[in-house]
Formats: sequence, structure tokens, C-alpha cells
Amino acid sequence: MNRLGKFGLVIITIFFLVAIFAPVLAPYDPITQKLPNNNRQGAERLSPTWEHPFGLDDLGRDVLSRVIHGTKISMQVGVLVVLISTLIGMIVGAISGYYGGWVDRFFSGFLFNVFLSFPSILLAIAMVAFLGPSLHNLILALSVIGWVGYARLMRGQVLKVREYDFITAARAVGASDARILFLHVLPNAIQPLIVQASLGMAGAVLAEASLSFLGLGVQPPTPSWGVMLNDARSYLRIAPHMLLFPGVAVMLTVLAFNFVGDGLREWLDPKQKRS
Amino acid sequence: MRTIILVLAKRLLFVLPVVWAVVTLVFLLIHIVPGDPVRNALGDNATEVQVLEMKQKLGLDLPLSRQYFNYWSGVLRGDLGVSLVNPSDRVIEKILVRYPATIELALAGLAVAILFSIPLGVIAGTNRGKIIDNLTSIVALLGISTPGFVLGPLMIYLFAIKLDLLPVSGRYGLEYLILPAVTLGAALAAILTRMVRSSVIEELQEDYVRTARAKGLNERQVVYKHVLKNGLIPVVTVIGLQFGVLLAGAIITEVIFSWPGLGRLTIDAINSRDYPMVQGCILMIALTYIIANMLTDLAYRLLDPRIKLE
Repeated sequence: MNRLGKFGLVIITIFFLVAIFAPVLAPYDPITQKLPNNNRQGAERLSPTWEHPFGLDDLGRDVLSRVIHGTKISMQVGVLVVLISTLIGMIVGAISGYYGGWVDRFFSGFLFNVFLSFPSILLAIAMVAFLGPSLHNLILALSVIGWVGYARLMRGQVLKVREYDFITAARAVGASDARILFLHVLPNAIQPLIVQASLGMAGAVLAEASLSFLGLGVQPPTPSWGVMLNDARSYLRIAPHMLLFPGVAVMLTVLAFNFVGDGLREWLDPKQKRS
Repeated sequence: MRTIILVLAKRLLFVLPVVWAVVTLVFLLIHIVPGDPVRNALGDNATEVQVLEMKQKLGLDLPLSRQYFNYWSGVLRGDLGVSLVNPSDRVIEKILVRYPATIELALAGLAVAILFSIPLGVIAGTNRGKIIDNLTSIVALLGISTPGFVLGPLMIYLFAIKLDLLPVSGRYGLEYLILPAVTLGAALAAILTRMVRSSVIEELQEDYVRTARAKGLNERQVVYKHVLKNGLIPVVTVIGLQFGVLLAGAIITEVIFSWPGLGRLTIDAINSRDYPMVQGCILMIALTYIIANMLTDLAYRLLDPRIKLE
């Protein structure tokens, strides 16, 4: 894999490790508020120190610990959303592409277009707005908007693969449809979905942060990067570090997943035109 | 002229089932609320009588099919109901008041994106491999991975607080549009720059470029008069595809900069549990997106004379 991709992989591994070991890694409890007891005055009291490398937020909570726990939430959401939406998307796409006919017309002709005609994050906002803001509903909403992309990809791939000779051979030998789909079609169709899944994680992390920023996702005091960034808005003048650290965290995560996705794409398809 | 109308009509026909689905989905939204939506909105202090009255007013006590019929007839008449928290406010009026602000922001963001990406993309594409190209790529990458809710406050910090050059929020004049437009357009600018660059690189390898150069045209003429015209077609497609992202991004940008548009109205309505208002806002945004897509499709067909307008 190209260099950027490897770099992204390293970053992601670090983030995953941080997420898994968050309770152990975080030096302080992310929701305990405490008055800073250093000798500085005014806004200076919140700034980064050796004791609090990322500083404190407006309620006296340690920003480093909150960023670490935020990593856990982001990774959780990313993995869950991608897992659920790829699963649904693969199944629907494979069935639609393999069987064709009215099944295909309904799914790809109608259903996909309906979902695609909505700006997807709007649908997520709508769902969370009405179902009630919570992490649970957030994951549900993001999965609902996410599966369509994978389904379309899968369908396209299946349309190609099902014409291959070995599929015809399998059918001639009497293999059942299910067997053909799972053992033969799927493994050959799955490559672009892996690339899409990596990019999808970047999207899911971004979406979670966006929705939490709007107050529609994780609820305070739970530390999500989006929530932290929203809190930071009112304190830009006196505590810009509240913006800096969660902001960099989000950017790094998105960058890393994009690098990995691009790296995977190049790696899996050497025929790609390089420009 | 006649062909354009025919294309438009055909496209409209395809769009109708989608519009139907969108209206139906939006209608159903208020019914997925766990618990009682009216009680949620009115709060714990509301009496039984008040809740019942509001339910009647919104028609929520009618059978579902009747509600659906009423909703559709309302939509076709342009009546999107009344606000749940402020029943004297008509949803459609509040939306229409805010609508121009959002369109202004979206178009400004689009303009920023195009104004940045075309020159940058051309420079990068024509100087492929050199430092300026790599620099542009890095900036583009940063633009794509910096979400609006990071870039916006960052710009506020830099330009409004530290440098005191631009205002923080609100919509009281042209200078108030600058930061929000740049925040909104940044991500799209990054995507477009990369696209323009690839397009330019590809087109520069075509035969007609050799011909133009052989004819004696200077480099600038070659690029701007010929390469760009062909290279811009995929760009138009991308703009169309990304318009939805732009609209969604407008919601976040409006919140950050207190921009009085449809996006902020939506979020305010969500926070006050004003469900009919939220439904109306979402419907408007979705319909805008669908219309914008149709227009992009039309523009795309008009731009590329190789595509038959049938």
C-alpha cells in the first residue's frame, strides 16, 4: 500500500487502541468538574499545563480525558454504522443484482433513488429529531442512510460477476442460488466495498460529530468531539484550546480513513489511472 | 427551445414518484416520535385539555389516512400547517421568510468554491509534479477533512477575534457573508480543485491540444479557451452531486454564524420540539435539493453537445 495509506493505517490503529483503552488511558474522569487550583488568574487558569496537557474546559473538565473518551465514541459509532450498513447493503445489493426483474426495478429503480434524492444527512437529522437525540438513535439513523451506497456498489459488482463463466458452470452443476451467491459471487464482488467501507467510516465519524455538534447526537455531559466543539464556540476568545484539540482529533481521523481508503483503492486495483 | 421543454417534462415525470416518496416520508416523521409529540412539545405543565386541543388543531386525532390526505392537500395548496409552540405562526410563512437567506448562503458558498477551485485546479494541473501542485494537493486535502464546525469557529477565531477584520455572526451586510460563505464552500472547493486538476491533466493529453499549440495559440489561450471548456463538464456533474452536501452544510454553518436561514430555523424548531415546523423545513430543503438536481442535469445536457437532448 502506498505511503499515505500506511500512515493512515498507523493513525487509525492508534485511535482504535486509544478508544479501547480509554478508561485506563484517560488521566482524569471526563465528566468530573473541578476548579483549577493553579495560581493563575482568569482565563489563564484553563490553559494547558503539565497536569492538564490539553487544558480544562469551561466547566473545569480535563480536555485530554474528554478527547480520549470522545475517541471511543467516534470509533464505536464508526464501526457499528459501517458494519450495519455494509451488511444490509450487501444483502440488498446482491439480491437485487442477482435476481433482476421486478425486485431489481423496485430496489435500484425506486428505493435507491428515493434515498439518493434526499441529502443524506438531512434524513439523519430528521430521524434523530423525531426519534429523540441519543447515541442509539444516531447509530440507527446513520445506518439507515448509509446502506444505499453499499447496495448500489454491490449490485453493480454482482451484475458483472454473475455473467462470469464459472457462475454459469456452478449453476449447471446444480448449485443452489444461495450457495452461488455466498460462495462465488460475494467474494468476487466485495473489493470496492472494502474501499467504500473505509471511506464510510470517515463519513460516519464526521456525521456523528456534526450531529452531536447540533445537539442531535450524544448528549452532554458525555464527551463526543462534536459536543466539545459546540461548547468551544462560546469560549473562543478565552479558551481556544477547547476548539483546537477536538478539532485536530476529528481532522486526523477523517484524514486517516481517507488515506486508508485511497490506499486500499490503489492497492486493490493496479489498473487505476494515476494522475 | 422545444427540446429543452421536452427534456424538462421528461425529467419531471421521473421526479414525481420521488417527490411523492419524500412528502410521504416527511408526513410520517411526526408519527415516529416515541410517546406523545404534542405533550413533548407543550411540556409537563400542559393540562390534558391543552394537549387535546392542540391535537385537534393539528389534526392528530383523525385517522392516519385522513391525516395523510389532509397533509397532501395542504402541501399542494402551499399550506404546511401551524407551529406547535406558537400556533399563530404559519409554518410556510416562517420558512419563506428565511428561505432567501439560505439560498444566498448556498450560492455564495458555491461561488467561493468555484472561484477558488478553477484557478487553483488549472495551476496545479498545468504544473503537474512541481511544488505548486503538491502544495495545492495538501491544501485541498486539508479542505476536505476539515469539517465546517471546525473551520467555522477557527475562522471566527482568526479573522473576527484575533484580527478583528470581519464580524462574528448575523446577517447585516455583505461583510457578514464572507466567513460563512468561505466556511461553507471550503470542502466543495477542495473537491472541485482536485477534479479540475485531473480534468486539466487529462485534457492536456488530447490531440486537439497539440493542434491548438501547433496553430500557434499561446499556452493561456490553449488552456482557457479549449481545455477548460471540455474539462468543466465533469465539474458541473460534481457540483450537482455535492449540492445536497452544500445544503446540509448550510445548516451547520447557519448555526455557527447565527445566520438567519432555513437551517437555523430547522435546528431551533427541533430544539423546541416544534414538529410541524421541522417537517415543513425538511420538506422545503429536500424539494430544493430535488429541483437543484434537475437543473444541474439540464445544465449538464446543455453543456455537452455530444449528449443528445432526447
